[in-house]
Amino acid sequence: MLAQRLSSPFFFRNLPALLMMTIVLPLLAGCGYNTIPTAEESAKAAWSQVLNQYQRRADLIPNLVETVKGYAAHEKDTLDAVVEARAKATQVTVTPETLSDPEAVKRFQDSQAGLTSALSRLLAVVENYPDLKANQNFLALQAQLEGTENRIAVARRDYIEAVREYNLTLRTFPSVIWATLWFRGNQPFANFTIEEDKMQTPKVDFGTNTTQGG
Amino acid sequence: MPVLTGRVVDNAGIIDAATEAALTRKLADFEAKSSDQIVVATVPSLDGEEIEPYANRLFRAWKLGQAGEDNGVLLLVANNDRKMRIEVGYGLEGTLTDLHTRLIIENDMVPAFRAGDFSGGIAKAVDDMVMVLQGNPEELEARGERNQQPPFNTDDLFFAIFISIWAIIFFGSIAASILPPIFGRKLGPGRYRWLGMTFEPNRRSSGGWSGSSGGGWSSGSGGGGFSGGGGSSGGGGSSGSW
Repeated sequence: MLAQRLSSPFFFRNLPALLMMTIVLPLLAGCGYNTIPTAEESAKAAWSQVLNQYQRRADLIPNLVETVKGYAAHEKDTLDAVVEARAKATQVTVTPETLSDPEAVKRFQDSQAGLTSALSRLLAVVENYPDLKANQNFLALQAQLEGTENRIAVARRDYIEAVREYNLTLRTFPSVIWATLWFRGNQPFANFTIEEDKMQTPKVDFGTNTTQGG
Repeated sequence: MPVLTGRVVDNAGIIDAATEAALTRKLADFEAKSSDQIVVATVPSLDGEEIEPYANRLFRAWKLGQAGEDNGVLLLVANNDRKMRIEVGYGLEGTLTDLHTRLIIENDMVPAFRAGDFSGGIAKAVDDMVMVLQGNPEELEARGERNQQPPFNTDDLFFAIFISIWAIIFFGSIAASILPPIFGRKLGPGRYRWLGMTFEPNRRSSGGWSGSSGGGWSSGSGGGGFSGGGGSSGGGGSSGSW
């Protein structure tokens, strides 16, 4: 029956076109429809990992502050600065939906950088307290904190790479075809601009501010 | 980037031959039991890079640990930079914690390295890492069993054979009815000659269509060498210097 229908003249006249379609359609799908959603999801997953590691750092801080307080209670300013920076950092969150907003990512980055610098000041102060440095609890916290900072660095690197790939798919051939046809709503994600530690460098004012008037 | 030549990659040449052989044996035994891959690597220099990103890149390039389990550990020593790092894969971060690795570095490696005894320090560090990883025997065994790879997976083979036979029958008969009218030479009503065979698509008993699929499958056998299992690391572990 099938063979009967297949051998009808209409079928044979259009067969090259049909064959062409069966070959070309999967090829089209293969050359890019999935690339943009795939890259987008992996960038979002990389971002979750970044958030996860920053959260891990934030979770360590109350314990660290308590431990340091026991030995160096009169370093109140430094401790308060850490607590305050942590509070600020945990307030600013960036959900995967707002990753394309450079302002939101920038705010997040700034708040975390504030916590990083407050923490490094605290750890510098701790150098003056040999008893504290020998404390087992503090040693454990320090090891975890160092490990977490390194995990943050790795997660950031992975995120930068994932975003680079995702943004590339939105701008390069052939996936740019899909971007214009189907994924018009997809915006490039904002990336980490510069390393956090470089953001800590003191600003040098050459008098170009409006208040100084050159 | 150094090449993964074995479980002990001593590019800096600071581990003596006897220790290297003993370590290789011990690590192979440990992997056979637990599937955890521990690799010791020494490099002369980091070429100005920090040891943390270097170790992470090396770990990921070597894909230590089993895929999906990420249970690898890399012990890296950079001789000229006087730095060492224990990089722990995602899957072992909970067992071999940052504190463990830090204590192993500070208590086993740093004193020995300061005394110039690299082999001794590394051997002791490996012993302690194995000890920590064995600390939870049930979990260790479970991990080992989960990742035991049978030498020949019969299920997969049967499935592949079944699918190929089915595909040959299904697509072969479709092709035998569709393709000869297009590409073949017409012999008579409903009879076509193509590829040296006569096809009669409209008759139930079509001509001899022997579908010989020529694709012999290649066996993915590793020739006894050591290679990473596909694991990854997210920067767990800790670093030290001497």
